[in-house]
Amino acid sequence: MLTQKISKKRRAYITVMRTLMLISALATAALVLFLVIYVFAKGLPNITWELLSTKPSYLQNRIGILPDILNTVYIVLATLLIVIPLGVGAAIYLTEYASNKKVVGIIEYAAETLSGIPSIIYGLVGMLFFCQFLNMKTSLLAGALTLVIMNLPTVMRTTQESLKTVPQSYREGAFGLGAGKWRVIRTVVLPGCVDGVITGCILSVGRILGESAALLFTAGFAHALNGVIEGLTSPGATLTVALYVYAKEQGEFGVSFSIAAILMILTILINLSATLVSRYFNKRRKL
Amino acid sequence: MSNIMTAENLCLWYGNTQALKSVNIEIPEKSITALIGPSGCGKSTFLKTLNRMNDLIPGVKITGDVSYNGTNIFDPSVDVNELRRDVGMVFQKPNPFPMSIYDNIAYGPRTHGIKNKAKLDDIVEKALRDAAIWDEVKDRLKKNALGLSGGQQQRLCIARALAVKPKVLLMDEPTSALDPISTSRIEELALQLKDEYTIIIVTHNMQQSVRISDNTAFFLLGELVEWGNTERLFSQPNDKRTEDYITGRFG
Repeated sequence: MLTQKISKKRRAYITVMRTLMLISALATAALVLFLVIYVFAKGLPNITWELLSTKPSYLQNRIGILPDILNTVYIVLATLLIVIPLGVGAAIYLTEYASNKKVVGIIEYAAETLSGIPSIIYGLVGMLFFCQFLNMKTSLLAGALTLVIMNLPTVMRTTQESLKTVPQSYREGAFGLGAGKWRVIRTVVLPGCVDGVITGCILSVGRILGESAALLFTAGFAHALNGVIEGLTSPGATLTVALYVYAKEQGEFGVSFSIAAILMILTILINLSATLVSRYFNKRRKL
Repeated sequence: MSNIMTAENLCLWYGNTQALKSVNIEIPEKSITALIGPSGCGKSTFLKTLNRMNDLIPGVKITGDVSYNGTNIFDPSVDVNELRRDVGMVFQKPNPFPMSIYDNIAYGPRTHGIKNKAKLDDIVEKALRDAAIWDEVKDRLKKNALGLSGGQQQRLCIARALAVKPKVLLMDEPTSALDPISTSRIEELALQLKDEYTIIIVTHNMQQSVRISDNTAFFLLGELVEWGNTERLFSQPNDKRTEDYITGRFG
Protein backbone atom coordinates (compact mmCIF):
# COMPACT_ATOMS: atom_id res chain seq x y z
CA MET A 1 0.00 0.00 0.00
CA LEU A 2 2.66 2.46 1.00
CA THR A 3 4.68 1.90 -2.11
CA GLN A 4 1.70 2.35 -4.37
CA LYS A 5 2.30 5.30 -6.73
CA ILE A 6 0.02 8.30 -6.53
CA SER A 7 -2.12 8.29 -9.65
CA LYS A 8 -1.36 10.77 -12.43
CA LYS A 9 -4.72 12.41 -12.13
CA ARG A 10 -4.27 12.94 -8.43
CA ARG A 11 -0.77 14.28 -8.94
CA ALA A 12 -1.96 16.79 -11.53
CA TYR A 13 -4.75 17.86 -9.17
CA ILE A 14 -2.25 18.45 -6.38
CA THR A 15 0.00 20.50 -8.65
CA VAL A 16 -2.85 22.66 -9.93
CA MET A 17 -4.27 23.35 -6.49
CA ARG A 18 -0.88 24.12 -5.06
CA THR A 19 -0.12 26.56 -7.86
CA LEU A 20 -3.49 28.29 -7.44
CA MET A 21 -2.91 28.77 -3.74
CA LEU A 22 0.60 30.06 -4.38
CA ILE A 23 -0.80 32.58 -6.85
CA SER A 24 -3.39 33.80 -4.32
CA ALA A 25 -0.73 34.19 -1.68
CA LEU A 26 1.58 36.04 -4.06
CA ALA A 27 -1.26 38.29 -5.25
CA THR A 28 -2.05 39.27 -1.67
CA ALA A 29 1.56 40.01 -0.87
CA ALA A 30 2.06 41.86 -4.15
CA LEU A 31 -0.96 44.09 -3.51
CA VAL A 32 0.29 45.11 -0.10
CA LEU A 33 3.77 45.65 -1.42
CA PHE A 34 2.51 47.69 -4.35
CA LEU A 35 0.40 49.89 -2.10
CA VAL A 36 3.26 50.51 0.33
CA ILE A 37 5.80 51.22 -2.39
CA TYR A 38 3.42 53.43 -4.36
CA VAL A 39 2.49 55.52 -1.33
CA PHE A 40 6.07 55.80 -0.12
CA ALA A 41 7.37 56.65 -3.58
CA LYS A 42 4.81 59.39 -4.00
CA GLY A 43 4.80 60.60 -0.41
CA LEU A 44 8.27 60.37 1.06
CA PRO A 45 9.97 62.83 -1.37
CA ASN A 46 7.42 65.49 -0.40
CA ILE A 47 8.05 65.22 3.32
CA THR A 48 10.15 68.17 4.35
CA TRP A 49 10.90 69.68 7.73
CA GLU A 50 8.89 72.71 6.72
CA LEU A 51 5.83 70.56 6.01
CA LEU A 52 6.07 68.86 9.38
CA SER A 53 6.82 71.91 11.49
CA THR A 54 4.61 74.73 10.21
CA LYS A 55 0.99 75.60 9.79
CA PRO A 56 -0.51 76.35 6.40
CA SER A 57 -0.40 79.97 5.28
CA TYR A 58 -2.10 81.42 2.22
CA LEU A 59 0.01 84.57 2.44
CA GLN A 60 3.26 82.68 2.15
CA ASN A 61 1.68 80.08 -0.13
CA ARG A 62 2.83 77.33 2.17
CA ILE A 63 1.29 74.10 3.42
CA GLY A 64 2.27 72.70 6.80
CA ILE A 65 0.69 69.81 8.64
CA LEU A 66 1.86 70.52 12.18
CA PRO A 67 -1.68 71.47 13.30
CA ASP A 68 -3.03 68.24 11.87
CA ILE A 69 -0.35 66.21 13.64
CA LEU A 70 -1.15 67.94 16.94
CA ASN A 71 -4.89 67.51 16.41
CA THR A 72 -4.33 63.81 15.85
CA VAL A 73 -2.29 63.54 19.05
CA TYR A 74 -4.96 65.43 21.03
CA ILE A 75 -7.78 63.32 19.71
CA VAL A 76 -5.91 60.05 20.33
CA LEU A 77 -5.07 61.08 23.90
CA ALA A 78 -8.53 62.39 24.70
CA THR A 79 -10.20 59.30 23.29
CA LEU A 80 -7.90 56.89 25.14
CA LEU A 81 -8.26 58.84 28.38
CA ILE A 82 -12.01 58.23 28.31
CA VAL A 83 -12.29 54.91 26.54
CA ILE A 84 -9.75 52.92 28.58
CA PRO A 85 -11.27 53.41 32.05
CA LEU A 86 -14.76 52.98 30.63
CA GLY A 87 -14.01 49.91 28.54
CA VAL A 88 -11.76 48.16 31.05
CA GLY A 89 -14.20 48.96 33.86
CA ALA A 90 -17.13 47.56 31.90
CA ALA A 91 -15.15 44.44 31.04
CA ILE A 92 -14.17 43.84 34.67
CA TYR A 93 -17.75 44.28 35.79
CA LEU A 94 -19.18 41.97 33.15
CA THR A 95 -16.60 39.21 33.60
CA GLU A 96 -15.93 39.31 37.33
CA TYR A 97 -18.98 40.75 39.04
CA ALA A 98 -22.12 40.41 36.93
CA SER A 99 -24.09 37.35 37.96
CA ASN A 100 -26.92 37.55 35.43
CA LYS A 101 -25.41 35.72 32.46
CA LYS A 102 -28.34 36.61 30.23
CA VAL A 103 -27.80 40.34 30.61
CA VAL A 104 -24.06 39.86 30.09
CA GLY A 105 -24.80 37.97 26.89
CA ILE A 106 -27.06 40.74 25.62
CA ILE A 107 -24.46 43.41 26.38
CA GLU A 108 -21.74 41.40 24.67
CA TYR A 109 -23.96 40.91 21.64
CA ALA A 110 -24.76 44.62 21.56
CA ALA A 111 -21.07 45.49 21.80
CA GLU A 112 -20.24 43.20 18.93
CA THR A 113 -22.99 44.68 16.78
CA LEU A 114 -21.86 48.17 17.72
CA SER A 115 -18.37 47.48 16.44
CA GLY A 116 -19.74 46.44 13.06
CA ILE A 117 -21.66 49.64 12.36
CA PRO A 118 -20.17 51.82 9.57
CA SER A 119 -18.25 54.70 11.07
CA ILE A 120 -20.12 57.35 9.11
CA ILE A 121 -23.21 56.52 11.15
CA TYR A 122 -21.27 57.22 14.33
CA GLY A 123 -20.30 60.53 12.74
CA LEU A 124 -23.88 61.44 11.99
CA VAL A 125 -25.10 60.54 15.46
CA GLY A 126 -22.09 62.21 17.05
CA MET A 127 -22.77 65.41 15.15
CA LEU A 128 -26.41 65.52 16.19
CA PHE A 129 -25.81 64.46 19.79
CA PHE A 130 -22.49 65.98 20.82
CA CYS A 131 -22.16 68.97 18.47
CA GLN A 132 -25.76 70.09 18.44
CA PHE A 133 -27.70 68.59 21.35
CA LEU A 134 -24.84 68.97 23.88
CA ASN A 135 -23.83 72.18 22.14
CA MET A 136 -20.15 71.29 21.80
CA LYS A 137 -20.10 72.70 18.28
CA THR A 138 -17.76 71.12 15.78
CA SER A 139 -14.74 70.39 17.96
CA LEU A 140 -12.01 67.86 18.61
CA LEU A 141 -13.74 66.96 21.88
CA ALA A 142 -16.95 66.07 20.04
CA GLY A 143 -14.83 64.04 17.66
CA ALA A 144 -13.04 62.30 20.51
CA LEU A 145 -16.32 61.45 22.24
CA THR A 146 -17.66 59.99 19.01
CA LEU A 147 -14.53 57.89 18.72
CA VAL A 148 -15.00 56.79 22.33
CA ILE A 149 -18.36 55.28 21.42
CA MET A 150 -16.82 53.69 18.37
CA ASN A 151 -13.88 52.13 20.23
CA LEU A 152 -15.64 51.24 23.46
CA PRO A 153 -16.80 47.82 22.20
CA THR A 154 -13.32 46.93 20.96
CA VAL A 155 -11.58 47.86 24.19
CA MET A 156 -14.26 46.18 26.25
CA ARG A 157 -14.31 42.95 24.27
CA THR A 158 -10.52 42.54 24.05
CA THR A 159 -10.24 43.18 27.79
CA GLN A 160 -13.02 40.71 28.50
CA GLU A 161 -11.41 38.05 26.38
CA SER A 162 -8.06 38.50 28.12
CA LEU A 163 -9.73 38.46 31.55
CA LYS A 164 -11.20 35.11 30.61
CA THR A 165 -7.76 33.69 29.83
CA VAL A 166 -6.63 34.16 33.46
CA PRO A 167 -6.92 30.66 34.98
CA GLN A 168 -9.68 30.21 37.54
CA SER A 169 -7.11 28.51 39.79
CA TYR A 170 -5.35 31.86 40.36
CA ARG A 171 -8.59 33.38 41.58
CA GLU A 172 -9.30 30.37 43.82
CA GLY A 173 -5.80 30.54 45.26
CA ALA A 174 -6.20 34.18 46.17
CA PHE A 175 -9.71 33.79 47.56
CA GLY A 176 -8.44 30.83 49.58
CA LEU A 177 -5.98 33.15 51.33
CA GLY A 178 -8.77 35.44 52.41
CA ALA A 179 -8.39 38.09 49.73
CA GLY A 180 -11.47 40.13 48.88
CA LYS A 181 -12.90 40.32 45.39
CA TRP A 182 -11.35 43.65 44.42
CA ARG A 183 -7.94 42.65 45.76
CA VAL A 184 -8.05 39.44 43.76
CA ILE A 185 -8.89 41.37 40.61
CA ARG A 186 -6.30 44.06 41.20
CA THR A 187 -3.37 41.88 42.23
CA VAL A 188 -3.93 38.59 40.44
CA VAL A 189 -6.41 38.91 37.58
CA LEU A 190 -5.43 42.25 36.02
CA PRO A 191 -1.65 41.65 36.07
CA GLY A 192 -2.32 38.32 34.41
CA CYS A 193 -4.06 39.90 31.45
CA VAL A 194 -2.43 43.31 31.18
CA ASP A 195 -0.90 42.37 27.84
CA GLY A 196 -4.32 41.77 26.34
CA VAL A 197 -5.55 45.10 27.63
CA ILE A 198 -2.53 46.96 26.26
CA THR A 199 -2.77 45.21 22.90
CA GLY A 200 -6.44 46.16 22.68
CA CYS A 201 -5.57 49.79 23.43
CA ILE A 202 -2.79 49.89 20.86
CA LEU A 203 -5.11 48.51 18.20
CA SER A 204 -7.63 51.16 19.23
CA VAL A 205 -4.99 53.83 18.63
CA GLY A 206 -4.65 52.42 15.14
CA ARG A 207 -8.38 52.68 14.59
CA ILE A 208 -8.47 56.24 15.90
CA LEU A 209 -5.59 57.25 13.63
CA GLY A 210 -7.28 55.72 10.63
CA GLU A 211 -10.74 57.15 11.26
CA SER A 212 -11.94 59.90 8.96
CA ALA A 213 -15.63 59.51 8.19
CA ALA A 214 -16.82 59.99 11.77
CA LEU A 215 -14.52 62.97 12.25
CA LEU A 216 -15.61 64.79 9.08
CA PHE A 217 -18.93 65.45 10.81
CA THR A 218 -17.78 66.08 14.32
CA ALA A 219 -14.25 67.49 14.44
CA GLY A 220 -14.21 69.60 11.32
CA PHE A 221 -11.49 70.69 8.91
CA ALA A 222 -9.61 73.56 10.57
CA HIS A 223 -5.81 73.77 10.43
CA ALA A 224 -5.28 76.18 13.31
CA LEU A 225 -2.31 75.67 15.62
CA ASN A 226 -3.67 75.23 19.16
CA GLY A 227 -2.65 74.08 22.61
CA VAL A 228 -4.38 71.06 24.16
CA ILE A 229 -7.26 72.82 25.94
CA GLU A 230 -7.93 75.28 23.18
CA GLY A 231 -7.45 72.54 20.62
CA LEU A 232 -10.04 70.25 22.13
CA THR A 233 -12.72 72.91 22.18
CA SER A 234 -12.13 74.16 18.67
CA PRO A 235 -12.56 72.41 15.32
CA GLY A 236 -9.55 70.77 13.77
CA ALA A 237 -8.60 68.24 11.12
CA THR A 238 -6.72 65.09 12.03
CA LEU A 239 -4.17 63.66 9.61
CA THR A 240 -6.72 61.48 7.82
CA VAL A 241 -9.19 64.31 7.46
CA ALA A 242 -6.43 66.64 6.26
CA LEU A 243 -5.45 64.02 3.71
CA TYR A 244 -9.00 64.07 2.37
CA VAL A 245 -9.22 67.85 2.37
CA TYR A 246 -5.86 68.42 0.62
CA ALA A 247 -6.54 65.80 -2.03
CA LYS A 248 -10.21 66.44 -2.69
CA GLU A 249 -10.63 70.15 -2.18
CA GLN A 250 -7.24 71.66 -2.88
CA GLY A 251 -5.77 69.14 -5.31
CA GLU A 252 -2.54 69.01 -3.31
CA PHE A 253 -1.78 65.38 -4.00
CA GLY A 254 1.85 65.67 -2.94
CA VAL A 255 0.79 66.74 0.55
CA SER A 256 -1.88 64.05 0.69
CA PHE A 257 0.61 61.39 -0.22
CA SER A 258 3.08 62.61 2.40
CA ILE A 259 0.33 62.34 5.00
CA ALA A 260 -0.51 58.89 3.67
CA ALA A 261 3.11 57.84 4.01
CA ILE A 262 3.25 59.15 7.58
CA LEU A 263 0.03 57.31 8.47
CA MET A 264 1.37 54.16 6.89
CA ILE A 265 4.56 54.35 8.94
CA LEU A 266 2.52 54.94 12.10
CA THR A 267 0.32 51.94 11.32
CA ILE A 268 3.35 49.73 10.88
CA LEU A 269 4.82 51.03 14.14
CA ILE A 270 1.57 50.45 15.99
CA ASN A 271 1.21 46.88 14.78
CA LEU A 272 4.84 46.26 15.61
CA SER A 273 4.47 47.62 19.14
CA ALA A 274 1.34 45.52 19.71
CA THR A 275 3.33 42.43 18.75
CA LEU A 276 6.28 43.46 20.90
CA VAL A 277 4.11 44.16 23.93
CA SER A 278 2.42 40.77 23.86
CA ARG A 279 5.75 39.06 23.25
CA TYR A 280 7.32 40.92 26.19
CA PHE A 281 4.54 39.93 28.56
CA ASN A 282 4.48 36.35 27.36
CA LYS A 283 8.17 36.04 28.04
CA ARG A 284 7.85 37.64 31.45
CA ARG A 285 5.02 35.31 32.36
CA LYS A 286 6.96 32.20 31.46
CA LEU A 287 9.96 33.09 33.57
CA MET B 1 -9.05 16.91 72.28
CA SER B 2 -11.62 19.54 71.43
CA ASN B 3 -13.33 19.84 68.10
CA ILE B 4 -12.34 22.81 65.99
CA MET B 5 -14.97 22.27 63.29
CA THR B 6 -18.28 20.45 63.26
CA ALA B 7 -20.91 19.94 60.60
CA GLU B 8 -24.54 19.27 61.47
CA ASN B 9 -27.15 18.11 58.99
CA LEU B 10 -25.17 19.73 56.20
CA CYS B 11 -26.91 19.43 52.82
CA LEU B 12 -25.72 21.01 49.61
CA TRP B 13 -27.31 21.28 46.18
CA TYR B 14 -25.76 22.26 42.86
CA GLY B 15 -28.90 23.47 41.16
CA ASN B 16 -31.23 20.48 41.49
CA THR B 17 -28.59 17.86 42.20
CA GLN B 18 -27.99 17.10 45.83
CA ALA B 19 -24.26 16.74 46.39
CA LEU B 20 -24.22 16.40 50.18
CA LYS B 21 -26.88 14.59 52.18
CA SER B 22 -27.14 15.51 55.82
CA VAL B 23 -23.49 15.28 56.76
CA ASN B 24 -22.61 15.17 60.46
CA ILE B 25 -18.97 15.14 61.49
CA GLU B 26 -16.60 16.49 64.10
CA ILE B 27 -13.03 17.52 63.32
CA PRO B 28 -10.69 17.29 66.34
CA GLU B 29 -8.09 19.98 66.73
CA LYS B 30 -4.45 19.32 65.72
CA SER B 31 -5.15 16.08 63.96
CA ILE B 32 -5.34 14.87 60.40
CA THR B 33 -8.73 13.90 59.08
CA ALA B 34 -8.81 12.13 55.73
CA LEU B 35 -11.86 12.21 53.49
CA ILE B 36 -12.04 9.19 51.22
CA GLY B 37 -14.55 7.85 48.72
CA PRO B 38 -15.02 7.28 45.01
CA SER B 39 -15.03 10.16 42.50
CA GLY B 40 -18.07 12.38 42.69
CA CYS B 41 -18.98 11.26 46.21
CA GLY B 42 -18.98 14.78 47.61
CA LYS B 43 -15.72 14.75 49.56
CA SER B 44 -14.23 17.74 47.70
CA THR B 45 -17.56 19.54 47.86
CA PHE B 46 -17.63 19.00 51.61
CA LEU B 47 -14.05 20.26 51.93
CA LYS B 48 -14.84 23.41 49.95
CA THR B 49 -17.86 24.08 52.13
CA LEU B 50 -15.63 24.35 55.18
CA ASN B 51 -14.09 27.63 54.04
CA ARG B 52 -17.03 28.61 51.86
CA MET B 53 -15.15 28.31 48.58
CA ASN B 54 -18.45 27.02 47.19
CA ASP B 55 -19.69 30.61 47.38
CA LEU B 56 -17.82 31.17 44.12
CA ILE B 57 -19.96 28.65 42.24
CA PRO B 58 -23.29 29.99 41.05
CA GLY B 59 -26.42 28.02 41.94
CA VAL B 60 -25.19 26.43 45.16
CA LYS B 61 -27.70 26.04 47.97
CA ILE B 62 -26.70 24.98 51.46
CA THR B 63 -28.77 23.98 54.52
CA GLY B 64 -27.56 22.85 57.92
CA ASP B 65 -24.71 24.15 60.01
CA VAL B 66 -20.96 24.17 59.94
CA SER B 67 -19.35 25.69 62.95
CA TYR B 68 -15.79 26.79 63.37
CA ASN B 69 -14.72 27.37 66.99
CA GLY B 70 -18.38 27.53 67.91
CA THR B 71 -19.40 30.09 65.28
CA ASN B 72 -21.74 29.15 62.45
CA ILE B 73 -19.76 29.99 59.32
CA PHE B 74 -22.90 30.67 57.29
CA ASP B 75 -24.03 33.39 59.68
CA PRO B 76 -24.46 36.66 57.75
CA SER B 77 -22.23 38.46 60.23
CA VAL B 78 -19.26 36.20 59.40
CA ASP B 79 -16.57 37.87 57.30
CA VAL B 80 -15.81 35.18 54.73
CA ASN B 81 -12.32 36.61 54.13
CA GLU B 82 -11.50 36.22 57.82
CA LEU B 83 -12.88 32.67 57.75
CA ARG B 84 -10.63 31.80 54.82
CA ARG B 85 -7.69 33.29 56.62
CA ASP B 86 -8.27 30.87 59.50
CA VAL B 87 -9.29 27.96 57.30
CA GLY B 88 -6.69 27.88 54.54
CA MET B 89 -6.71 25.74 51.46
CA VAL B 90 -4.30 23.83 49.23
CA PHE B 91 -5.68 22.81 45.87
CA GLN B 92 -5.45 19.68 43.79
CA LYS B 93 -3.31 21.26 41.10
CA PRO B 94 -0.48 23.46 42.35
CA ASN B 95 -1.59 27.02 41.61
CA PRO B 96 1.19 29.46 42.43
CA PHE B 97 0.55 32.99 41.20
CA PRO B 98 2.64 34.10 38.23
CA MET B 99 4.92 36.20 40.42
CA SER B 100 8.10 35.68 42.41
CA ILE B 101 8.39 33.02 45.09
CA TYR B 102 8.65 35.75 47.71
CA ASP B 103 5.58 37.59 46.47
CA ASN B 104 3.59 34.37 46.39
CA ILE B 105 4.24 33.74 50.07
CA ALA B 106 3.82 37.39 51.02
CA TYR B 107 0.49 37.63 49.17
CA GLY B 108 -1.59 36.45 52.10
CA PRO B 109 0.10 38.52 54.82
CA ARG B 110 -0.02 41.58 52.57
CA THR B 111 -3.70 40.95 51.98
CA HIS B 112 -4.20 41.12 55.72
CA GLY B 113 -2.36 44.38 56.05
CA ILE B 114 1.25 43.50 56.88
CA LYS B 115 3.51 45.93 55.05
CA ASN B 116 6.67 45.97 57.15
CA LYS B 117 9.50 44.53 55.06
CA ALA B 118 11.41 42.91 57.93
CA LYS B 119 8.23 41.33 59.27
CA LEU B 120 7.32 40.01 55.83
CA ASP B 121 10.83 38.59 55.39
CA ASP B 122 10.40 36.67 58.66
CA ILE B 123 6.99 35.36 57.72
CA VAL B 124 8.18 34.25 54.28
CA GLU B 125 11.18 32.44 55.71
CA LYS B 126 9.17 30.74 58.44
CA ALA B 127 6.43 29.65 56.02
CA LEU B 128 8.96 28.25 53.56
CA ARG B 129 10.81 26.44 56.35
CA ASP B 130 7.56 25.00 57.71
CA ALA B 131 6.71 23.75 54.25
CA ALA B 132 10.17 22.14 53.95
CA ILE B 133 11.12 24.03 50.83
CA TRP B 134 13.30 26.82 52.24
CA ASP B 135 16.62 25.18 51.40
CA GLU B 136 15.58 24.65 47.81
CA VAL B 137 14.42 28.20 47.11
CA LYS B 138 16.29 30.47 49.53
CA ASP B 139 18.70 31.58 46.80
CA ARG B 140 16.01 32.41 44.28
CA LEU B 141 13.22 34.07 46.21
CA LYS B 142 12.94 36.75 43.54
CA LYS B 143 12.54 34.23 40.71
CA ASN B 144 9.17 33.43 39.22
CA ALA B 145 7.40 30.65 41.08
CA LEU B 146 6.25 29.03 37.84
CA GLY B 147 9.85 27.94 37.25
CA LEU B 148 9.66 25.42 40.11
CA SER B 149 8.87 21.74 39.63
CA GLY B 150 5.34 20.47 40.31
CA GLY B 151 6.24 19.06 43.73
CA GLN B 152 8.03 22.27 44.71
CA GLN B 153 5.09 24.32 43.49
CA GLN B 154 2.74 22.35 45.70
CA ARG B 155 4.95 22.83 48.76
CA LEU B 156 5.14 26.51 47.83
CA CYS B 157 1.34 26.59 47.83
CA ILE B 158 1.35 24.96 51.27
CA ALA B 159 3.84 27.58 52.43
CA ARG B 160 1.63 30.29 50.94
CA ALA B 161 -1.32 28.93 52.89
CA LEU B 162 0.75 28.71 56.10
CA ALA B 163 1.95 32.30 55.78
CA VAL B 164 -1.43 33.66 56.89
CA LYS B 165 -1.19 31.49 60.04
CA PRO B 166 -4.36 29.47 59.55
CA LYS B 167 -5.76 27.19 62.23
CA VAL B 168 -7.15 24.65 59.79
CA LEU B 169 -5.59 23.58 56.50
CA LEU B 170 -7.85 22.05 53.88
CA MET B 171 -6.01 19.95 51.30
CA ASP B 172 -7.86 18.85 48.20
CA GLU B 173 -5.99 15.83 46.84
CA PRO B 174 -2.71 17.72 47.16
CA THR B 175 -0.60 14.88 45.82
CA SER B 176 -2.71 13.59 42.95
CA ALA B 177 -0.73 15.56 40.38
CA LEU B 178 2.67 14.70 41.84
CA ASP B 179 5.31 11.99 41.48
CA PRO B 180 5.89 9.43 44.33
CA ILE B 181 8.88 11.26 45.82
CA SER B 182 7.09 14.60 45.98
CA THR B 183 4.06 12.78 47.36
CA SER B 184 6.00 11.27 50.25
CA ARG B 185 7.56 14.65 51.03
CA ILE B 186 4.12 16.23 51.25
CA GLU B 187 2.90 13.38 53.45
CA GLU B 188 5.85 13.85 55.81
CA LEU B 189 5.12 17.53 55.81
CA ALA B 190 1.48 16.94 56.74
CA LEU B 191 2.57 14.78 59.68
CA GLN B 192 4.90 17.53 60.90
CA LEU B 193 2.30 20.22 60.48
CA LYS B 194 -0.33 18.55 62.63
CA ASP B 195 1.54 19.62 65.76
CA GLU B 196 0.41 23.14 65.01
CA TYR B 197 -2.44 22.87 62.55
CA THR B 198 -5.61 20.90 62.00
CA ILE B 199 -5.49 19.23 58.61
CA ILE B 200 -8.38 17.93 56.58
CA ILE B 201 -7.22 16.13 53.47
CA VAL B 202 -9.19 14.70 50.58
CA THR B 203 -7.48 11.71 49.06
CA HIS B 204 -8.14 9.12 46.43
CA ASN B 205 -5.41 7.00 47.86
CA MET B 206 -6.45 4.79 50.75
CA GLN B 207 -2.85 3.96 51.62
CA GLN B 208 -2.22 7.65 52.01
CA SER B 209 -5.14 7.90 54.37
CA VAL B 210 -3.79 5.00 56.44
CA ARG B 211 -0.28 6.43 56.45
CA ILE B 212 -1.02 9.92 57.66
CA SER B 213 -4.51 10.38 59.08
CA ASP B 214 -5.80 10.04 62.63
CA ASN B 215 -9.43 9.97 61.55
CA THR B 216 -10.99 8.94 58.30
CA ALA B 217 -14.39 9.79 56.87
CA PHE B 218 -15.88 7.70 54.08
CA PHE B 219 -18.22 9.45 51.65
CA LEU B 220 -20.46 7.72 49.14
CA LEU B 221 -22.93 9.43 46.79
CA GLY B 222 -23.08 12.56 48.90
CA GLU B 223 -23.58 10.69 52.11
CA LEU B 224 -21.09 10.43 54.95
CA VAL B 225 -21.27 6.68 55.44
CA GLU B 226 -19.08 6.52 58.52
CA TRP B 227 -16.19 8.26 60.17
CA GLY B 228 -13.86 7.64 63.06
CA ASN B 229 -10.40 6.52 64.04
CA THR B 230 -8.48 5.53 60.93
CA GLU B 231 -7.10 2.27 62.28
CA ARG B 232 -10.51 1.19 63.50
CA LEU B 233 -12.26 2.20 60.27
CA PHE B 234 -9.87 0.23 58.12
CA SER B 235 -9.74 -2.84 60.38
CA GLN B 236 -13.33 -3.04 61.61
CA PRO B 237 -15.62 -0.91 59.49
CA ASN B 238 -19.12 -0.58 60.89
CA ASP B 239 -20.85 -0.28 57.56
CA LYS B 240 -20.95 -2.91 54.84
CA ARG B 241 -20.38 -0.25 52.16
CA THR B 242 -17.22 0.95 53.89
CA GLU B 243 -15.92 -2.57 54.02
CA ASP B 244 -16.69 -3.10 50.34
CA TYR B 245 -14.91 0.11 49.40
CA ILE B 246 -11.76 -0.36 51.47
CA THR B 247 -11.39 -3.96 50.35
CA GLY B 248 -11.55 -2.73 46.78
CA ARG B 249 -14.90 -4.18 45.75
CA PHE B 250 -15.86 -0.91 44.07
CA GLY B 251 -14.59 2.62 43.72
